[in-house]
Amino acid sequence: MEAVKCEGLVKTFGKNGRKISAVNRISFTVSRKEIFGIVGPNGSGKSTLIRILSTLLIPDAGTARVFGYDVVREYGSVRRLINRVSVDAAFFKGISAWENLRYAARLYGLGKKDAKERSLDILGRLGFAEKRVYEPLEDLSRGMQQKVAIARAFFTAPMLLLLDEPTTGLDPRSKMDVQNYVRESMNNSSNDLTIILTTHDMKEAEVLCDRVAIIIDGRFVTLGSPSQLRAEYAKSALEDVFLDVTGREWKEIEDEC
Amino acid sequence: MNVRTHTYGSIAFVERNFALVKRYIGWEAVFLSYNVVNALAIGLIGATMGKEMVMYLVVGAMVWGFLSILFHEISESIAWERWEGTIEYTFMAPVSRFVHLIGNCMWAVVYGVIRSSLILVIVVLFFGISLSGANLPALLVILVVSGLSFVGLGLIAAVLPLLSTEKGAYATHIMEAGLLLISGVYYEIEVLPVWIRPLSYLSPATYTLRSMRAALLDGAGFGELMPVILLLLVAGVLLIPVGMLVFSRAEYYAKKKGKLKRSG
Repeated sequence: MEAVKCEGLVKTFGKNGRKISAVNRISFTVSRKEIFGIVGPNGSGKSTLIRILSTLLIPDAGTARVFGYDVVREYGSVRRLINRVSVDAAFFKGISAWENLRYAARLYGLGKKDAKERSLDILGRLGFAEKRVYEPLEDLSRGMQQKVAIARAFFTAPMLLLLDEPTTGLDPRSKMDVQNYVRESMNNSSNDLTIILTTHDMKEAEVLCDRVAIIIDGRFVTLGSPSQLRAEYAKSALEDVFLDVTGREWKEIEDEC
Repeated sequence: MNVRTHTYGSIAFVERNFALVKRYIGWEAVFLSYNVVNALAIGLIGATMGKEMVMYLVVGAMVWGFLSILFHEISESIAWERWEGTIEYTFMAPVSRFVHLIGNCMWAVVYGVIRSSLILVIVVLFFGISLSGANLPALLVILVVSGLSFVGLGLIAAVLPLLSTEKGAYATHIMEAGLLLISGVYYEIEVLPVWIRPLSYLSPATYTLRSMRAALLDGAGFGELMPVILLLLVAGVLLIPVGMLVFSRAEYYAKKKGKLKRSG
């Protein structure tokens, strides 16, 4: 069974009297234990897709299934299998990292002791000093907050992890820590983990992802492994593929106008 | 989902809110002081009109304090999550909305009882009020059953910040102010304009205040208070599921229209 199967997904929003197609008839599958990358410009529909898979947004048409469960009709079952990291590391900023993690642990049915052990282990591997776990989140840097967000998502042992631009805005060191941790987790044979990763960072997608889809205006314009895409577009780096693909799209839009 | 998961789920909200109170303890002290001074000032206004009026007004201040804490804690827990952007994480967690909202309600009741009791003790000591003739067990029963109705109203009000963070918070305060006006908190509802009075009869707080005053000031017994207690119980039993239903419909609408996100 595929970890994720989307068929004909459509999501449109109304804004100032006009309709914006955030996700436009997207179909794809993600295999178990795969890291599936979605790259695209701002506003291309990456986060909308992640929100649909997170059961936070109801699609207008099409279906999305996570390990066979429909995200709309069987959202309760889906929620037990997933977790998510978003770009903005949303927390109760006035209370400590540990108090935020304990809150998340309770929601996922984890005991306090178990939660503490797991979160300290993950944070330690991310280079996060233990004593800072007890400081209010608002006193921590953006990179440290994002590491707490990574710990919050990983310590519930999800089968599908939705990483929505997890390294955007991080300094190079923090970015590397997060990327190394993701790789480590995937290489750990005891983990049954599938990841969907959205990013602006082509190098990150190239290094981490088994397959990458480029999304523009809510549509996947190309999909394949980084090496396949490089070969198909005759480019030496995924970044060049991205520029080529998005450039072509912009030209088409200009032509239509 | 087993019992442990449900229990942990409810505890999560109590623990989280306690951590937030602890973090902002300075503001808690400020708000408590303000509430105490407010209750004392209202009592002193009553003192100029006779001793009986002191208790009459103090009961109004106390009951309103308790009910508004319930109402606020439930509706503002959603507003706070919207401001912090954590609502998406709470909503995608594997806890049912029932467990989520009950957890918030449990916190609101505990917090409301503690704060109101503190205010009551201070007010009683300040005015040297004797509660020897009061029916205190009835007082407690009325407080609990009327709390159910306000939990239901709080759930309905929580829909507003769910759909619009800022405008929803405004609307919640207007709704609360409306209840204050129509429920006879500091006056008998008979002094209200005739066209408003039908609304007074729809507010559970009207019955809470009347029965509380009867229990405290006149020492009314359970037999006498039973019709109102039953009425409040029925109102609570009806309003909580209605609140849950309204909230779940609003959640569906928010997920359909993409209103849960803060950014991105």
